[in-house]
Parts: sequence; structure tokens; C-alpha cells
Amino acid sequence: MILATVVGTVVATRKDEHLVGSKLLLAQPILPDGEPRGGPLVAVDTVDAGAGETVLIVSGSSARMAAGLADRPIDAAIVGIVDVIHMDGSD
Amino acid sequence: MQLARVIGNVVATIKDPGLVGLTLLVLQPLSPDREAVGPALVAVDSVGAGAGEEVFFVRGREASLPFLPQRVPTDASVTGICDQWTTTSTSTGTAPQTPKHRGRRRP
Repeated sequence: MILATVVGTVVATRKDEHLVGSKLLLAQPILPDGEPRGGPLVAVDTVDAGAGETVLIVSGSSARMAAGLADRPIDAAIVGIVDVIHMDGSD
Repeated sequence: MQLARVIGNVVATIKDPGLVGLTLLVLQPLSPDREAVGPALVAVDSVGAGAGEEVFFVRGREASLPFLPQRVPTDASVTGICDQWTTTSTSTGTAPQTPKHRGRRRP
């Protein structure tokens, strides 16, 4: 899984029927120190995350194992909202 | 599977029900010479690994298999704690050594 910051939302009226009702967010992957890494991606939100929050994203076919996403054509799902990241050697 | 060092952990109160009760570790993938390879990632622990330990982890859909029959939405899981490893090329590699920080040990 990767860490990411929610940077926006995506609205799509025409989409695969299996995506109807899915909340799509734009997320910028980050490293544990908060540095951006790579380009933003679109992920299905399952935990009601909001702009600016740090989240956990599961990618690939594993994304469909998140609650309620079994048959959806997706490859990225937000499965957690990060409270804190403890790094070895820090508090 | 890939070698990595545990460099931290993640706390998330709001998360998928399948992740409740599991430990989320921050991993830095390593080369056999213990050099950092690629960006750090978050993995679910299935073996009781802790900070500073050298581990191997599995990526992709298979990462959820250690937790069956529980459905765990993860694409990376720690599946082993390395006691040591050796390589045939010693010209650039460092000798295997005991990790500086040992976490909890299992019986």
C-alpha cells in the first residue's frame, strides 16, 4: 500500500455502470516524510476521506478486496485515513 | 518477494473493516547489499515483525493470502523475518550482519 494526500475529487457523469455510487478522489502519492512521489491518481474512496487528509491506498486487483468493491473495475482504493506515521528512531 | 527493512508504522483509526486489528508497517525495500531500492511503502504484518528488522514481503493480490479466510484489502504483506542472507557476489556486498535494532521476538 502507498501513502497519499487527497488533493481533489473527480466527478464523472458517464462512467461504467459498476462505478455508479463510487466516490472518486484525486490523490497524490507521498513518501513517509510527506514528499510527493510520482503523479496523482484516481482512487475509489471507501472510508469517507476528505481533502488534505493522508490516506492509505491499495492498488491493483487487491483494491477490489476493499469493502463493497468486489465487482468494480478499479485498481486503486482508499482503505484508511492515517492518524500518524511513526518512523523508527522518532517518537 | 523482496527484501526490506521495517522503518516505521502507521496508525489509522478509520479504515476498512478487513484491516482492523492488523499492524501496518512502513517498509524500505532493500537490495541484497542493504541499499535502499525504490520508495518506502506500507505493508500489513503477518509474522510479528518490528522496527529495524529485515524482512521479506509479497506484493499484489497474493499479499492477502496469509490472512485467509479473512478478507484483507492489501497489496503488500510482510511474510517473513530474515535471520540472515548471503549472496554469491561479495565484491560489492557487505557481510551479513545482525540488524542493529531487534524488535519483539517470537517464541
